Amino acid sequence: MGYQLSKPQAEQLFRELTARYDLYAPVVKKGDGCFSDTDVIRYEKVSSPYEIAWEAKSDYSFKEALLPVNETLFYFTEDETTVPKGPRKDLLIFLRSCDLYGVKRLDEIYLKNGYEDFYYARLRKRAKFILMGCPSTCTSGFCVSMGTNRAENYDAYLKLSGETLYADCPCSELEAYIKEAGGAEAAVSPDYAAENREKVTLPKKLSNESFNKKIWEEYGSRCIGCGRCNFVCPTCTCFTMQDIFYRDNEKAGERRRVWASCQVDGYTDMAGGISFRKTQGDRFRFKVMHKIYDYEKRFGYPMCVGCGRCDDVCPEYISYSNCINRLAKEEEAHEE
Amino acid sequence: MGMDFNTKKLKKNAFRVSKVRGMGASRIRVPGGYLNAEILGMVQEIAQTYGNGIVHLTTRQGFEIEGIRLEDMEEINQKLQPIIEMLEINQTDPGTGYPASGTRNISACIGNNVCPFANYNTAQLAKRIEKEVFPNDLHFKIACTGCSNDCAKVRMHDFGIIGMTMPQYDPSRCVSCQACIKGCRSLSVDALRMENYKIIRDTEKCIGCGVCVTKCPTRALTRSRKKYYKLTLMGRTGKKNPRLGKDFLVWADEENIIKIILNTYKFVKEYISPNAPGGKEHIGYIIDRVGFEEYKKWALEGVELMPETIVNECIYWDGLHFDNKGK
Repeated sequence: MGYQLSKPQAEQLFRELTARYDLYAPVVKKGDGCFSDTDVIRYEKVSSPYEIAWEAKSDYSFKEALLPVNETLFYFTEDETTVPKGPRKDLLIFLRSCDLYGVKRLDEIYLKNGYEDFYYARLRKRAKFILMGCPSTCTSGFCVSMGTNRAENYDAYLKLSGETLYADCPCSELEAYIKEAGGAEAAVSPDYAAENREKVTLPKKLSNESFNKKIWEEYGSRCIGCGRCNFVCPTCTCFTMQDIFYRDNEKAGERRRVWASCQVDGYTDMAGGISFRKTQGDRFRFKVMHKIYDYEKRFGYPMCVGCGRCDDVCPEYISYSNCINRLAKEEEAHEE
Repeated sequence: MGMDFNTKKLKKNAFRVSKVRGMGASRIRVPGGYLNAEILGMVQEIAQTYGNGIVHLTTRQGFEIEGIRLEDMEEINQKLQPIIEMLEINQTDPGTGYPASGTRNISACIGNNVCPFANYNTAQLAKRIEKEVFPNDLHFKIACTGCSNDCAKVRMHDFGIIGMTMPQYDPSRCVSCQACIKGCRSLSVDALRMENYKIIRDTEKCIGCGVCVTKCPTRALTRSRKKYYKLTLMGRTGKKNPRLGKDFLVWADEENIIKIILNTYKFVKEYISPNAPGGKEHIGYIIDRVGFEEYKKWALEGVELMPETIVNECIYWDGLHFDNKGK
């Protein structure tokens, strides 16, 4: 059922929601961009629809709401460990269609890939998803190519037009809030991008020769190994462990898990001083093949959702989408 | 009729007397070196109509139109009017060209309009300072640069303004990738280190260059809301004692820097040598003569610095001395 809410009603709705939920949504962080006087759009808790960045795609994805950049797994003393309490409130996460497909990838890794991850699960089970529409395509995304441009399993769809908030709400729990706030019935259906500027063709299959292609050397010589592509990606799930011993009392401390990047030095370091994928080219190849090949082989669908954030953020102007197209073309030529 | 020109007046009117009898040059100031390309066409027209078709890009980011006849100065001033207006140069009488030339064009690096390293909009600040100090016959050289790289060579100026940012660190976003540490070590002053997987900034060492912020892949490091500046004093070239400007204020704000510059005009008026040739004496030499303590008293008059601003209470300049050989 669709609804429309005036500004006071929309504000009322959000006030009511914040009592029960933590609302995570993309927000323009003024001046917090990489360069002086530039902004960044990333996720934060909000309490009003008017704080949310509805227009532009966020630079960093929603994933930090479910997978904090730093997460304390437990605190330890000499003879005890304590697991920090989970979230006090339920979560409402605002995201776009491509990102909602990203949630499926996170679930695959943290819930269905062997043991269920305790920390992810306890956040995930309390999360609902609010779809934000894409009235037109963003510049770098290729969601249509990846089949992620139309999400259906959202709990609610919200759209801000002028000051009016429109809602489509399959979730009865959230619908009650909308009715309570005085939302009037209206026909609402999600805006979605029917076409992208970027079109990507995945290679049908990858030959053994693809492993040693010249393009990996080329990208390797361009990549600076900063890891931005991983950190903005809604489907990258890697983390590393850090044991911290408090400076004033080294017998107490905590174990954290922290986002990791397969492009950054140290990712493949192992005990005994062994390290795989030493060159940036090897690392780049690993990332690309994982996104479009390895993951699919295991789970039956590609990992990449085509949001295009890695293209947007790369300081060296490496286009991952162009890389895939090049790879597909070369592999096609190889087959013939 | 013989050629009869008041050279003192024409120099103040931003014309130059050249090597060739009766010929001069017209100087156009462009604060911050920042201009609408439309002005280039206007400069071209003047150069082709009144000059020899050649324009020199001056060391202070202005134009100097060569080969003009001194008798055409009035007409040229008319032609300069739209340029003066577009660049919003303070003027006393429209149509009479530039009212002074002693205080030089405020130059600047390209700044954060374009440069990823710059910590502020240098052109905007240059324009703002120009508005405050021009016209003035006293010989002041002021320049703005976006970061400690100092591409604008502000340390060769009486006043150098270097952009700074106070790095803001959110440890909850930090992934210990150490890009900031490596960047600071290789490009700047090695002020960062990691302890317990988090970044510690040595505030004594940090020069606020912002490299760490540009290197951070997660926005754990961001710029301060407030823009900070370093004010360097009394750098100069010259025949007697060329020297690099030294830090006076570190982590200072725009308002107070402008106040200090304006205070310095008062100081110079009070202490300039009555025998200064053409009313021009380098401020650094005046300070050498009267002492830095006295200068500081004048400079900081009415200035209320922010608590984080560091003031260097004593400054001694060294540099090359050609003026006291054999004495």
